[in-house]
Amino acid sequence: MGIARDWRLRSQRYALVGEICDDCGRKIFPPRDVCPYCAEEAQTPFHFSGRGEIYSHTTIYNPPAGFEEFAPYTVALVKLEEGPLVTAQLTDVDPQEIAIGQPVEMVTRKIREEGPEGLIVYGYKFRPRLQAA
Amino acid sequence: MGDEGHRARVQDTQHVTRNTQYGIMKPSTDVGIVGYGAYIPRYRLPATEVARVWKGGEGGLPVTEKAVPGLDEDTLTIALEAARNALARAQIDPQLIGAVWVGSESHPYAVKPTSTIVAEAIGATPHTEAADWQFACKAGTETMQASIGFVASGMARYALGIGADTAQGRPGDALEYTAAAGGAAYLIGPAEESLVLFEASFSYVTDTPDFWRRPYMHYPSHGQRFTGEPAYFHHVTSAARHLMAEMDRTAADFTYVVLHQPNAKFPQRAAKMLGFEREQWTTGLLCPVIGNTYAGAAMLGLTAILDEARPGDTILAVSFGSGAGSDAFALRVTERITERQHRAPKTQDYIARRKEIDYATYVRYRKKLQMQ
Repeated sequence: MGIARDWRLRSQRYALVGEICDDCGRKIFPPRDVCPYCAEEAQTPFHFSGRGEIYSHTTIYNPPAGFEEFAPYTVALVKLEEGPLVTAQLTDVDPQEIAIGQPVEMVTRKIREEGPEGLIVYGYKFRPRLQAA
Repeated sequence: MGDEGHRARVQDTQHVTRNTQYGIMKPSTDVGIVGYGAYIPRYRLPATEVARVWKGGEGGLPVTEKAVPGLDEDTLTIALEAARNALARAQIDPQLIGAVWVGSESHPYAVKPTSTIVAEAIGATPHTEAADWQFACKAGTETMQASIGFVASGMARYALGIGADTAQGRPGDALEYTAAAGGAAYLIGPAEESLVLFEASFSYVTDTPDFWRRPYMHYPSHGQRFTGEPAYFHHVTSAARHLMAEMDRTAADFTYVVLHQPNAKFPQRAAKMLGFEREQWTTGLLCPVIGNTYAGAAMLGLTAILDEARPGDTILAVSFGSGAGSDAFALRVTERITERQHRAPKTQDYIARRKEIDYATYVRYRKKLQMQ
């Protein structure tokens, strides 16, 4: 993936910035030009809370190129509190500790490195929710 | 030089202490800490594992265990989670943060700031100052000293000072027992919004070659026993004594003390030298269970104290960075602390979130395996 694309996506990657539809009021992630629910254009940026729960998950033992150093790792569909389903890696958790419905929260972690001389790409992952006491 | 040199230094310190020309640092406008946040990674390497692999299981252990970053963690991710916790406590508009500063000796890039990524992720960009700071383990408290000046002068309403590290120790070296990962963030702002006030601070530095790392070197070098008396103890106690003397305070005037903690022994001995009692330092002494988090060490000890502090409590915090120097801060807790302590995970929550790993897993996580 190119430098320009990673750079353009930084708001959604670092801080889960999506959109709220000005027409139907639905919350959208990732952000896109047209609302997937009502087809209206020009949405308003919206910061998602980062809280959600695990909708489904699978553990990757044979990773694609660029992710070898992290295997085995778990990828989940996370149902955000605000509605959208997001695909993301889970972190700080062992595969046997993961359950459907488990509360999780967004953290920003290293997604991959473009080799030893390239950029480090950071983005959202989810981990079991660490409650403020 | 030996004893003679040491005596000369002590006399020099006493001279400086009496000389008000070198007064303490106190801004003309009162400022304080509006929000604070801690972060400690989940993984722990017991010191017995290092001893098992390198010492045949023999020898003394400087800590019980140390915090190890996961495969997807680095100084940026640690700094960012600490910063988010500080903002959760402060609940201010991040666009009002006029500076985002990250102090570390393990920035992910040699050239490309960690601070701009933190600033972007917390929503402080683009109308802000950002920079990475370096001074071994003192890099984090430097950002606090600078933040005090930046806010007190009116150049910014808020400044965010962060200390974070993923320290590396050479395999088998004494530092491998303790070199750990963690960080803390402090949002400095106006006194009337603060949960802790800076009463005064002081910085004390000399050219003392106790620990260093040359460019392109993976592991640091150190002066063995030279890291003790002329480096850690001289700078920590000089900074603390000067600040207390100028404020006309003694150890008994502080509820808590937290010092830089490269191992379990040094900070306790230095605190005793300064006249403190065990109950004043235990809350902020985290090194035995998380190791030395370098730029995060004194700052994380302070977050652990703030998690427990009550209005009116007083705190002496002193960092130490090799090379060498110390920043000392006298703090007074305000009534705003109680409403904000629970807005983010506490330092002890992160310490309790613990997964023990063996030396082999540690070698993989810290990328000590040559893959190609």
